[in-house]
Amino acid sequence: MIPVLERTMVAPNIHNLRLQAPDVARSAKPGQFVILQAEEDGERIPLTISDWDAEKGDITVVFMQVGATTGKLALLKAGDSIPTAAGPLGNPMELGNFGTVICVGGCYGIASIYPIARALKEMNNRVICVVEARSSFLFYWQEKLRKTSDEMIFITRDGSLGRRGHINNLGSIIPSIKGGVDRVIINGCNYVMMRGCEETRPLGIKTIVSLNTLMIDGTGMCGVCRVTVNGSNKFACVDGPHFDGHEVNWDELSSRRQAYLREETVTLRTSAPEKER
Amino acid sequence: MENSTSPAPKKMNLQRVEMSKQKPEVRRQNFDEVAFGYTPEEAMAEASRCLDCKKPGCVGNCPVEVNIPDFIRCIKAGDFAEGIRIIRQKNCLPAVTGRVCPQEEQCEGGCVFAKRGGQIAIGRLERFLADWEASQGINTGSIKKPRPTGRKVAVIGGGPAGLTVAGDLIQLGHQVTVYEALHKVGGVLVYGIPEFRLPKRIVRREVDYLTSLGVEMVTSYVVGKTRTVDSLLEEYDAIFVGSGAGLPWFMEIPGNNLNGVYSANEYLTRMNLMKGYTFPSVQTPIKQHHRVAVIGGGNVAMDCARTALRLGAEAHIVYRRSRQELPARLEEVENAEEEGVIFDFLTLPLACLGNENSWVTGLSCQKMELGEPDASGRRSPVAIPGSEFVMPVDAIIYAIGNSPNPLIPSTTPGLAIGRKGNIEAEEATGKTSKARVWAGGDVVTGAATVILAMGAGRKAARAIHRYLQTLEEE
Ligand SMILES: Cc1cc2nc3c(=O)[nH]c(=O)nc-3n(C[C@H](O)[C@H](O)[C@H](O)COP(=O)(O)OP(=O)(O)OC[C@H]3O[C@@H](n4cnc5c(N)ncnc54)[C@H](O)[C@@H]3O)c2cc1C
Ligand SMILES: Cc1cc2nc3c(=O)[nH]c(=O)nc-3n(C[C@H](O)[C@H](O)[C@H](O)COP(=O)(O)OP(=O)(O)OC[C@H]3O[C@@H](n4cnc5c(N)ncnc54)[C@H](O)[C@@H]3O)c2cc1C
Ligand code: SF4
Ligand code: SF4
Ligand code: FES
Repeated sequence: MIPVLERTMVAPNIHNLRLQAPDVARSAKPGQFVILQAEEDGERIPLTISDWDAEKGDITVVFMQVGATTGKLALLKAGDSIPTAAGPLGNPMELGNFGTVICVGGCYGIASIYPIARALKEMNNRVICVVEARSSFLFYWQEKLRKTSDEMIFITRDGSLGRRGHINNLGSIIPSIKGGVDRVIINGCNYVMMRGCEETRPLGIKTIVSLNTLMIDGTGMCGVCRVTVNGSNKFACVDGPHFDGHEVNWDELSSRRQAYLREETVTLRTSAPEKER
Repeated sequence: MENSTSPAPKKMNLQRVEMSKQKPEVRRQNFDEVAFGYTPEEAMAEASRCLDCKKPGCVGNCPVEVNIPDFIRCIKAGDFAEGIRIIRQKNCLPAVTGRVCPQEEQCEGGCVFAKRGGQIAIGRLERFLADWEASQGINTGSIKKPRPTGRKVAVIGGGPAGLTVAGDLIQLGHQVTVYEALHKVGGVLVYGIPEFRLPKRIVRREVDYLTSLGVEMVTSYVVGKTRTVDSLLEEYDAIFVGSGAGLPWFMEIPGNNLNGVYSANEYLTRMNLMKGYTFPSVQTPIKQHHRVAVIGGGNVAMDCARTALRLGAEAHIVYRRSRQELPARLEEVENAEEEGVIFDFLTLPLACLGNENSWVTGLSCQKMELGEPDASGRRSPVAIPGSEFVMPVDAIIYAIGNSPNPLIPSTTPGLAIGRKGNIEAEEATGKTSKARVWAGGDVVTGAATVILAMGAGRKAARAIHRYLQTLEEE
């Protein structure tokens, strides 16, 4: 059993969950994820380790409440426990001294980009964080991100903070950065990653994305996480989840991601939490 | 005591006592176990046919060397408690092996009766004793608590190989911790083999028994990721790797990533480990498929087809050779046929076809015929030109094999890896190229059987014990 240390809502529908998982915390590297279960026999879902403290032995995941399992997680409070938090899974993000790196985050990606930005900053890169949301009240972790970046750029669809618009702003942001951009890293929903890649492709800037596939075991056993990258079959959990976004077959990815949409609404209807806590 | 020497004595009774099963038309509607098992009377009747051979061929053919004549003699005498105690000395998973061992090739294949047919139903008798023990609510844990040696062993992977090592070493007084990546221990026994062939409560019970002997089970712990083998070596005197088969194979044909194309592992894991067959009372989403094509012809393919059938689909096995070449156990093929699985023999898949929403709509295939015998005398299938056709299906399941799990090999420096990604280990001892690390089961051999994995575990446990003893002498 994994003890829950804290669960708070950091923005509407977005929750911070801190768990006591010392062995995971000791091994975690930027860009890795855990597979969680909210209850015995429940679904296993992947969530990125967005922060951790190796000494205290805790890990933090930030999740968006979208379905049955995240719905259950959203009801947890300190002192509860969950049956499973296996990890750290997947490959760590490739790090190095690249020069100027833009770290882009949308929805849960605002949190999951944080450890990547932090590590890149420690390696003396110039780090520019671009965060994107529908409206300013959906931002969170701003202070943490500010500390790890040389510059922060906000994009909101309603224009309530920073630039107005969508991720396609990236196409105008990048050329405006003096000294040029050497690499772009995008985390968030598949749509944001795909659109971001469309913007960077014509500019010829290497763009790394963290794919959001279905997963079950996360150890290379089931194959549900397979994606086509550069024409060949990859398993996101053991070969990824980070890939060159210009090589990903996005159409296939998004259709595979939707496969269980209908069944998921069934569990939403039939598994409403018995009582609010 | 009777002896058996050839020529066999006349009193050989060749009539096996049949085991009753759920009727096909009933069992294809449920996930309950297909076979009911022997009653005590049936078991005693079957046991009484055994000749209690002086040099029993059966024992030598059992990879874990269960003392078969002795336990059968106990059944004959009605002393079931002693019978199961004898089995447990060598076999820590009798309720499992009694059900899923390919007995026709193993113990029963070595029985003096085998040549004339009607070999003793050793598997069924073993299962009977294990189930009897469970029904009594006891465990023959009359094993004396051994003197603790103070030595610590880590077992990676909670499948049959790992559990056997754990069971053997704990009884020798060593401290054993099993690290399992998934949230339940049992390996393929819990995520692969379906409920109707091996009820999960049975696996659970065997695992609980090991826990009661003092084995520590750590689940959701992915060695190589949560902690490396090298790091474990700092804390443990020896390590056994039994991480099984991993990465599922797909044929190199178009359309594999359409929705509705599964690996057998995914399909069965959703159904078994995640209890998908009870959806929506659990949340594992599963699809209601109408017509399912399973590609392959082994036990795994049979399990997928029979699962799909129970979920209401028309289930096809698509196999490129003919019935004789099916690698699955005959018993399982017959069960599948009785239940209504449709076999499409001599059929080669060419492509998975889909609609505009990327959902599977069919499997494009070509008919094959058996060609001239090759050098080995085997007639291999050759395509019939112009015989292409489309089989309309809404799901395709690949059951054509796996590569060994890559996580340990890729994170353990100094561990020699074979051409197929398997860990290289000495056959007699399981010793790997890395000091203090042993390995066995599917991760060494590629996909094989439960009992071979257990046999490998047994040999490795012996070797590990010998090694640990040399430490004690220091
Ligand atoms: C490597 C990786 C890291 C991720 N990190 C985060 C993160 O840090 N924060 C975050 O909020 N989300 C993250 N996700 C996405 C997250 O896993 C899904 O949002 C979550 O599974 C939804 O579960 P649910 O039961 O609440 O919703 P569901 O009811 O399952 O459905 C909601 C959505 O989840 C998808 N889904 C269904 N089954 C699965 C499955 N087995 N695995 C994954 N998705 C499924 C559906 O397609 C649907 O779009 C990550 C995904 C991956 C692959
Ligand atoms: C559907 C199906 C039906 C079958 N039917 C039969 C049958 O009827 N009869 C028969 O004899 N055989 C059958 N087999 C084959 C048999 O199940 C296997 O040969 C046997 O289970 C192999 O045992 P193992 O211990 O080597 O590996 P596994 O049973 O695969 O167990 C390995 C375990 O290690 C865990 N693991 C992997 N990597 C790590 C890691 N890095 N850290 C921690 N844990 C890890 C896995 O999660 C798994 O639990 C069947 C197989 C399948 C898939
Ligand atoms: S373990 Fe398997 S091979 Fe050995 S006696 Fe039992 S059923 Fe036969
Ligand atoms: S099972 Fe067969 S080989 Fe074994 S002792 Fe009995 S008769 Fe002999
Ligand atoms: S999640 Fe099962 S293989 Fe990747």
